[in-house]
Amino acid sequence: MNRYGGDGPPALVLHHDIGAPERPAFYDALARHFTVFAPAHPGYDGSPRPHWMRSVRDMAVVYQGLLAQQPATREPGTVTLIGLGFGGWIAAEMATMAPRAFRRLVLVGAMGLKPERGEIVDQALLSYIDYVRRGFADQTVFDRVFGPEPPTSRLEQWDLNREMTFRIAWKPYMYSPTLPHLLGAVATPTLIVWGAGDHIVPRECGERYAKSLANARLQIVDDAGHFVDMEKPDELASVVWHFVSEV
Amino acid sequence: MHLMYFTEQPMSAYPAQAGLDFGATALMFSNKYFDPVAGSRLYNEYLEHYRLAEEVGFDGIMLNEHHNAPFCMQAKCNVFASILAATTTRVKLVLLGNPLPLADNPVRLAEELAMIDMISRGRLVSGFVRGGGQEQLATGVNPAYNRERFEEAHELIVKTWTEQGPFRWEGTHYQHRVVNPWALPLQKPHPRVWIPGVLSKETIVWAAKKRYPYIALSTAIDATKKIWELYDRVAAETGYQGGPEYRGYLQRCHVAETEEKAMENARQFMWMQGEFTGLAHPVWSSPSGYFSPAMRTAFVEFAVGRRSNPRGAAFEDQIRDQQIIAGTPKTVIPKLRRLLEETRPSILGFWASDGFVSNADTQTCIRLLGQEVLPALRDMGKELGLWSPFEANAPVSLAQPEPARPAGT
Repeated sequence: MNRYGGDGPPALVLHHDIGAPERPAFYDALARHFTVFAPAHPGYDGSPRPHWMRSVRDMAVVYQGLLAQQPATREPGTVTLIGLGFGGWIAAEMATMAPRAFRRLVLVGAMGLKPERGEIVDQALLSYIDYVRRGFADQTVFDRVFGPEPPTSRLEQWDLNREMTFRIAWKPYMYSPTLPHLLGAVATPTLIVWGAGDHIVPRECGERYAKSLANARLQIVDDAGHFVDMEKPDELASVVWHFVSEV
Repeated sequence: MHLMYFTEQPMSAYPAQAGLDFGATALMFSNKYFDPVAGSRLYNEYLEHYRLAEEVGFDGIMLNEHHNAPFCMQAKCNVFASILAATTTRVKLVLLGNPLPLADNPVRLAEELAMIDMISRGRLVSGFVRGGGQEQLATGVNPAYNRERFEEAHELIVKTWTEQGPFRWEGTHYQHRVVNPWALPLQKPHPRVWIPGVLSKETIVWAAKKRYPYIALSTAIDATKKIWELYDRVAAETGYQGGPEYRGYLQRCHVAETEEKAMENARQFMWMQGEFTGLAHPVWSSPSGYFSPAMRTAFVEFAVGRRSNPRGAAFEDQIRDQQIIAGTPKTVIPKLRRLLEETRPSILGFWASDGFVSNADTQTCIRLLGQEVLPALRDMGKELGLWSPFEANAPVSLAQPEPARPAGT
């Protein structure tokens, strides 16, 4: 698990189901405060596919193992864990496995819980570009991050990432029926962040996370969709830093 | 030669304009447009066509299934196979086939197929397919494990048919504590297995390694030749010689009393914009993990509209390439001869009409095929040495090197 940048306290960022863009502005903004670790999930963005893996919980266990191997992240209560979208689901699973292991937990538009009224958008029914565009409140940000017409190489990577997501999160799609029952034991102070215009994961999921976790609150970011980290990178980094700095 | 009759069983009573307006005629195209009154009439017409096909001399009836789309009304080929098992007497019932990955219980499939084989007195040919991309979504089955599930379900079914139970199956995708069905195929060592396909090299290689005949579905002649080159190469590596008894072909071929009528009706093969699987949605037809990794670039570009459908071609091109043949018996026979000479299949399916072709025209087509085209093809088959697996007494598979025969005969 390579260090992305920065030299403050350690933060592990878990990326979306679509992977991460090159040099994400959010990671750079975080690196002003944290030592940022931002690996590609196994099977995503060019990292080798774990053929055996069958669940998001498997992925969470792998990350717990990686954290335990690093001197900088090994000690309980040191790491701030930040999960973006699908990565938020992985982060929530990790927190349930080790209720006091993290300094802070931040879930941004996290998948993982079944909405009671709405639905989590099914990417299997949308093209690679349409799905990602759906996650932006402001389409010009998509154009800036990925280009108005992303190159075929990007589409192929999105396809590979989508295939890996299907391998571990196909059914039930994008949630765990057991996760809500495990969240109550998590003692880690948690901030739930949701884009006001998230059209991938309904806001009710954020409300449910905030209610299910023992020590959590929900904060809405205006003028952002599902990809808050790409639309409001500086604002999100600042929100995270303030939360972590609270006594 | 083994000559089969085939229809997609089109649900032609749906409003075509609604499909065009929606932009796709599959998966998410609402079933509010399905008319069960017309459906009931059409199912019964198709049954009549199958019985007529037996009467006029076809050797087999080829059945298939699809889901959530008007291009094919059969949602379960075993249902029609069951009906035909009891209402026909001579034709082989060739299922091409049961989509294995869609099955959560392959043992149940093995039982159903055994029942069909017994009721038909040993006339079942049990083909297996992966199912179309959108069918993975229609049945909620993970496309990323499609091929793994296909291979494992096949292995389990063949074991269920050939090894005495009870046994236990602890696989990757299927687990069964007790496999011991009290319904086994009449044919021993087990019913013949034929594998149809369009595009995936992996499937051709898999079929050749198993020594199962491969049925090319309406590919252009040059593409078909490439399929046989690959099949024969793998056969040689596997230790046997490929040839006509391993080669099948599904030919769209409409025959009428005049050229004009035949060509007019043949245009109905394009009623789904030339797509086998309806006016395809580029994303739904190719979910991630479903298609061959070698085709990833083509499919991702297709999915976002940067490339035309890797599976599609225009009517005129398909007529030129003989993917569609239309005419009177006199004009179609030389074209079929070219197909036989150039690609040497011994199994030939006639996909005889489609779309809105009338009941009367379809019946005329079946009669003309039976009376004039099939006899000519049988002579050609003898002349060209195109012996079917039945005529050649070909083995069922590499693992079962006996021909299939009903037990007790």
